[in-house]
Order: sequence, then structure tokens, then C-alpha cells
Amino acid sequence: MHITSAVRTPLVSGGKTYADVTEDVCRQVEGKPTREWTIAFTISALVLVYGSACVFYTWWEGLGVWGLNKTVGWAWDITNFVWWVGIGHAGTLISAILLLFRQKWRTSVNRAAEAMTIFAVVCAAMFIFMHMGRPWMAYWALPLPNTFGSLWVNFKSPLVWDVFAISTYFTVSLVFWYMGLVPDLATIRDRARSKVSRYIYGALSLGWNGSAKTWARYEYMSLILAGISTPLVLSVHTIVSMDFATSVIPGWHTTIFPPYFVAGAIFSGFAMVQNLMLIIRVVFKLEDYITTEHIESMNKIITLTGSIVGVAYITEFFIAWYSGSEFESYAFINRASGPYWWAYWAMMTCNVISPQLFWSKTIRTSVVWTFVLSVVVNIGMWFERFVIIVTSLHRDYLPSSWAMFHPTLFDISDYIFSFGLFFTLFLLFAKFLPVVNMAEVKAIIKSSSEKLPQSVSGVAKGERVTNPTFNKNVD
Amino acid sequence: MASVHAIPSLDEQYEFTAEAKRRLIIGGVVGVALVAIGSFLLASGVGEHAHEAVQGHGLSEGHEGAHGHYTWMTRFWANVWVNSVYFTGIAVAGMFFLSYNYLAQAGWSSVIKRIPEAMPAFLPVMGIIMLATFLIAGHDLFHWTHAELYVKGGEGYDPIIAGKKGFLNTPFFLGRMIFYFVSWYFLWRILRNYSLQEDLNGGTEYYYKSMKFGVVFLVIFAVTSSTAAWDLIMSIDTHWFSTMFGWYTLASWHVAGLATMTLVVVMLKEQGYLQAVNQSHLHDLGKFIFAFSIFWTYVWFAQFMLIYYANLPEETIYYRERFSGYGGIYLAPFFVNLFLNFVFPFLVLMTRDAKRTTVLLKVACWGVLVGHYFDFYTNIMPGTVGEHGGFGPIEFGMILIFACAFIWSVSTQLTKANLIAKNHPLLEEALHHDI
Repeated sequence: MHITSAVRTPLVSGGKTYADVTEDVCRQVEGKPTREWTIAFTISALVLVYGSACVFYTWWEGLGVWGLNKTVGWAWDITNFVWWVGIGHAGTLISAILLLFRQKWRTSVNRAAEAMTIFAVVCAAMFIFMHMGRPWMAYWALPLPNTFGSLWVNFKSPLVWDVFAISTYFTVSLVFWYMGLVPDLATIRDRARSKVSRYIYGALSLGWNGSAKTWARYEYMSLILAGISTPLVLSVHTIVSMDFATSVIPGWHTTIFPPYFVAGAIFSGFAMVQNLMLIIRVVFKLEDYITTEHIESMNKIITLTGSIVGVAYITEFFIAWYSGSEFESYAFINRASGPYWWAYWAMMTCNVISPQLFWSKTIRTSVVWTFVLSVVVNIGMWFERFVIIVTSLHRDYLPSSWAMFHPTLFDISDYIFSFGLFFTLFLLFAKFLPVVNMAEVKAIIKSSSEKLPQSVSGVAKGERVTNPTFNKNVD
Repeated sequence: MASVHAIPSLDEQYEFTAEAKRRLIIGGVVGVALVAIGSFLLASGVGEHAHEAVQGHGLSEGHEGAHGHYTWMTRFWANVWVNSVYFTGIAVAGMFFLSYNYLAQAGWSSVIKRIPEAMPAFLPVMGIIMLATFLIAGHDLFHWTHAELYVKGGEGYDPIIAGKKGFLNTPFFLGRMIFYFVSWYFLWRILRNYSLQEDLNGGTEYYYKSMKFGVVFLVIFAVTSSTAAWDLIMSIDTHWFSTMFGWYTLASWHVAGLATMTLVVVMLKEQGYLQAVNQSHLHDLGKFIFAFSIFWTYVWFAQFMLIYYANLPEETIYYRERFSGYGGIYLAPFFVNLFLNFVFPFLVLMTRDAKRTTVLLKVACWGVLVGHYFDFYTNIMPGTVGEHGGFGPIEFGMILIFACAFIWSVSTQLTKANLIAKNHPLLEEALHHDI
């Protein structure tokens, strides 16, 4: 018997029955696309088409279309890559780490957050492929048998570690997300009215029959995958940070980078989850499942991780002075007061100062504030990567090599491409798959509802009651 | 498993028996005797000849410690310092654990809350000892306290250290040290006070207040844990610097604190106390130690690997000294550290059953506790005593003295309140904890 203390804030409101959960979540999947969805999808698809054309041109013409120069050899490309990978981290944190910590509020946000992770990693990977210039040679990043000449990946390079870390992470995240979907897909299969959807969802649900045995395996598998994902998610941004920290470039080589990058990644990821969930809960009318308590909890994590990042900034700045190394000191003073001062202060304001507003309960429970600050945080986290990458590079050891970076239309458009891709994928997910994990939400109904209906296993209030689906051969 | 759900009585009064006191006093006396013997041996030069033989292989030119006036007293004070840093960390980790459990609204830990709550009472003792040590032996332990380093044009002028003067100067350093101990201790007093009041009066008022002050502590500790690590440990190797060092020390303190807590819980249970603590609570504690020993390894490795990889002389010297400096006497502690703090708990606590078995939990906790002593030993000793380091009666004696005093302090605190915080609003969840 599990007890839930009275001081805990309820996680489900509206006196939902099990059937209500199914109805409320499946409605989007089974119904016709709403107008809002259609508009959003059209815009995303158009952006994707435009972005794809620009990416194609980048490949066709070569990376010279970007604004890179001999001094600043890495700029938006890697900034965008790190930014997207970082965003992905929140999904794993919610699904894996919060599962290990038995946080019940994760149940209604984990599905969408995990989907976000997968799409964010796809977007990140796109920048690697873009940066390769010849994406059809991408398999050269793998240690394949040496039949292509004298090429062999350099295992001493963190870029190769990235290949392994991110591909493993992507695979595990995908498996975790998909396994979590299986019981819900079976629910949709069982409710399906058309032969096509019954076939598709039937195939996707892998013969799930809901027996005690399958549930036992489901829970066992969730824990194992959570145990694997937790070190994996840490390793990914750790290795991303090592792309920089293993070098001897002032501003890049600093030992705090691995945990600080991980904290920053979770920070930006939660901001993105907030943005997506705040829209979903309104458009899909899921306010009873994604409550103020959920928003508040995520804001607390944003404040925590934002503050960790803040401590890391201050530590770096302090140690740069403390070290007595003139190169280190210069790198940091130049960040704050050099030609890229505006990027540095944008980063400081957005990442360190703005999340501190969440100390106010009014602000952290406000939907509007949360949405705006989440956007601000992600702007800040983009600037953080830009600051780290470009300001550390643009002042080379030789003043004759000093340069500035100017983005071209293709730097910008290739970044826009990733938004088109991300939102197209996410909207497809939101339409065709259940955005909330029905099975797991049902598991907390009894313990965490604001008020329970007379019978939690009672019938749903939705339209399906008057038009039952158990008679599947009706049409 | 009906037994899991049978809730035993919550009224438990810990008795600090005369027998336990006697043992601790004997332990302390033995410790003092060992330190005295060790000091005598060092003062009369026993064992020093061995060091002279290896001195030539040491990296003494790369080392910045003030060995010009090494006496056996330096080793004595260095031992006081290692133990003080170690037990300060364990004590404050109790407060850290309490605070983040309040912030996270953790339910399961409410049943063992009195144990971490008993640990920070040792902080004033540590604060006084550390301040006294710094005032008496600061010049032996901290190279940067020597005035000649800052005299421009002087023989001993060191431009790098002189550049750090804004931070590393005696008044500011003392001020910071006092601030750490005062702020940590008084915030603990507030939380402890609320906790005892809650026992008497009940209600949720104290719970919410504790949450608030727990957060205040976390904010202060977020900064002071790092600065304390720079002050108390990193500044010993005055030239050296690493941005990771603060979090690395925090990870070390935290996991040592968790191991202490778990050990106390298990021992109390074996004495018939803490009836309400079941295997699920032990399992959770085991998971914490497992996870945070990996976390410690993560920050340890990240710091080591990045310095190793970049191979900048001003950074790698730190590991060079521990690998091959001073005749290689720190190589063994260096690897013992890694073994006891990572390999050992990782393998011992890997399975679910191990985390639920008190014997294995105890083995893992002792491993971690010994391991983190080695952690602070390898961080502090090379920079203070250099080639004069070792493991003799003085080391073992000093550990005994500090450990007995710490156990005494924790035991005394445990007697001052019911062993279970019986009016904690989340206690009911913990009593039915079953995973």
C-alpha cells in the first residue's frame, strides 16, 4: 500500500476516471486534425521546405556559404548542434532520472518530453551532417574496416566519442520512448474504428495484451532503461563539453565543463518542455493533467539548474583571475567587455538573472511568465554556446589573426531549417500518437487526484459513451 | 509481506550507554597515545633516512611547498587538517541532505531524518580546531601565508601568488572560514529547532518553515561549498587551480556523509532501534551511495582527464606530484582512492539484494569512508608535507581521535530527540515505504 501525504499537491484535477483519461488523450489521435494543428503544421512544413532548400544549397555549393573564416572556424553550426543536443537532455531527465526518483508528476509530461528529446537529437545530428559538407561520407565517422584507403577514425578525438555517445543515446532514448508507447498504442488499437488505423496501431503495439506478465516486463524494462539512460545522458553532454575542454584554447579548457554543460543542457531542455507543454495543454485541453503543479515543479528545476550554471560561470570567471594565467584572464575579460560583450550579457541576463524570477511563487505559477521566461532561457542558452565558441576563437594568440564572425543568410537559414524539422516532427507526433502517457497517468489517479469520482473505473463523460466503440464492426 | 506493513511504535529514545562512552574514551586515549608515539618517533628522526634516499627522485623543484623549515610538527598539523576537512564535510553533508530532502519534498527519508540532523552538531568543534590550526600552523600548511612572496623585487617574490593576494590573504581567509562555519551551523540550529518543535507541537507550520530555511542553506552552500574547497584544500597547492575543484570536493563530502548516515542507520537498527526503517529505506540509501560514488568518480575523472589530455605544465604538475613526485609515495594512495571510492562500491552495491543486505551495506560504507579519507589525504598531504608523508602512528592516531569525537557528538545529539521525527507531515509515506 502506498500512502500519499495530505501536504502533497494533487497532480490530476477534474475528478477523472480511468476512462476519462483514455478519452481525453485519445481524442486528438482519433479525431480529425484541429484547425490550430493544421495551421501550425502548414507553417512548420513550409519552414522545413525553405530550410531544406537552403541546406541543399549549402551542400551543393560547399561550406563557404557560411560565414566561417580562418580564425573562427566553428560558429553557428556547432552552437546549434550543442544547443539542440542540450535541449534533448530534459526528456531523458524526466523519463529516466525522475523515474528513479519516483516523481509522480513526470507521468503526464514524460511522453512529450521524450519525443522532444528524440527530435532535438535529430536536429542536432543534422548540423553534424551539414558540417561534414559531404553527408554521403558520414559513415567515415564510424570505425569501419579499413577498405577505403588509409582512413581510420581518431579515437583520441572527442568528436569521435560524440559519434558513439550520441548514437547510443539516440538509440536508447528511442527504445525507451517507444516501449513506453506500447500500452497506449494498444489502447488506441482496441478503440480503432477503421481497419487502416486498427492495422497500423495494431502493428505498432507489438501484440500487447495487457496481461500481468506484460506489465511486469514493462516495469522491469522501464527501470533497466532508466538505469542505462541516466549515465548515458550525463555522458552525452560531458563528451560534447570535451569537444572544447580537451583543447588548450583559453575559455575552452576548463575542468568544470562536463557537469556544467550537463546542468545547462537540462536547464534549456526544461525550458523547451515548458514551451511545448504549455501549448499542448491549452490546444489539446489537457489542463487537468498538466496542472500548475507540473509547471511549478519544472520551473523549480529550471531555477535549480540555472543557478548551477550561474555558479559555474562565476567559478570560471574567478578561477581565470585566480590562475594568474594572462590568457585565461584575457579570454574572460574579453568576453564581458570585448566586441562580443552584447552576446555575453545576453547570456548572463537570460541564463542567470531571468530564472531567478521564479523565486516568486506568483511568477512560477503563471502560465504567461513561464512561457516568456522559457523562451528567454533558450535564447540565453543559445548565446551561451555562441559566447563559449566564438568569443574564445575570435581572439587568436596572434593579433594579426583576430577576426569577427558574421553570419550569412545560410548560417541563419540552416538554423531555421532545424526549427522547421523539429516542429514538423513534433506536430506529427502530437497528432498521431498520444501526447500523454495514459497508462502511467492512470497509475497515479488514485493516489494523486484532486478529487476522485464516485468510481474511478466508471464510464467516461465523453462522446464515446453515447456511441460506444466496443462494437468495432459497426462501419 | 505483512510484516512490512505492520507499523511499529514511533517512540524510540536512543540511549548513549556508559559502555559506548567508555569505548569512545578508550578509543580517544589510544588515539592520543598513537599520536604521541608517532610525534616522538618523527621528532627523533625515525624513518627520515628512508625519505632522504628517495628525495633525489622527487619533483621538489616543481613543488611549491615551504619545505625549507619542515619539522615533524608540519606532519602533525597536516594530519589535523586532513581530518578536520574530512569530518567538517561529513558533518555539513548531514545538513545538505536534510535541506535537499526538504526542497525535493522527499517522503521516504523522513523516517531517518534524525540521523543527518545529528551530524552538523560537530561543526563548531571543527570550526574551532581549523581556526586554531590555521592560526598556529598556517605557515606550515599554506605556502601563500608567507609574507616574502608578496615583496616585489624580494628574493622570495612570486608574481603568480602575489597576483592572488586579493583572495588569498589572512584577514579575508579568516573571515571566510568564520562565515562558513557560522552560517552552516546556525542554519542547522534553525532547522534542528523546528524539527524538535514539530515533535512537540505537530502541524505543518514547521515543515514549511524548514523548507524555507533549507533552501536558504542550499543557496549559501551552493557558493560556500566551492569557496570552502578552494580555501581549505586547493590553496595549499597555491599555484595550481581547477574550476572543477569545488564540485569535486562537494561530491566527496556528500558521498562520505551518505555513507556515514547509512552506517549509523544500520548500526542503530542492529541495536534494535529504528524499527520503522525497513529494507526499502536501506535500499534507497544504498542507491544514493551507489549513485553518488559514481558521481564522485565522474567529477574526479573529468578533472583528471581534461588536465591529462591538455597537458599544460601549470596544471599537470598536480598529478605529476601524486604520480611520481616525492619518490612516488603518493602513487599508492592515489589508486587506493580510486579503487575504494569507485570500483569497490560500484561492484558491492550493484545488485538490488546487496543494497538490502546490511552486511554488504556496511562493507560498502566502510569502503567509501576509508576511500574518502584517502581522497583528502592525497589532496592535502603532497602540498603540505611532501616527501615526509606516510602512514604511521600519527595518521592512525589522529583518525581515531577525530572519529571518536565525531561519534560522541552524533551519539549525544541522537539522545536529545526521539529517534523518529514523529510529526513530520510526510512520515506516513515513509512508514509505508515499499519498493
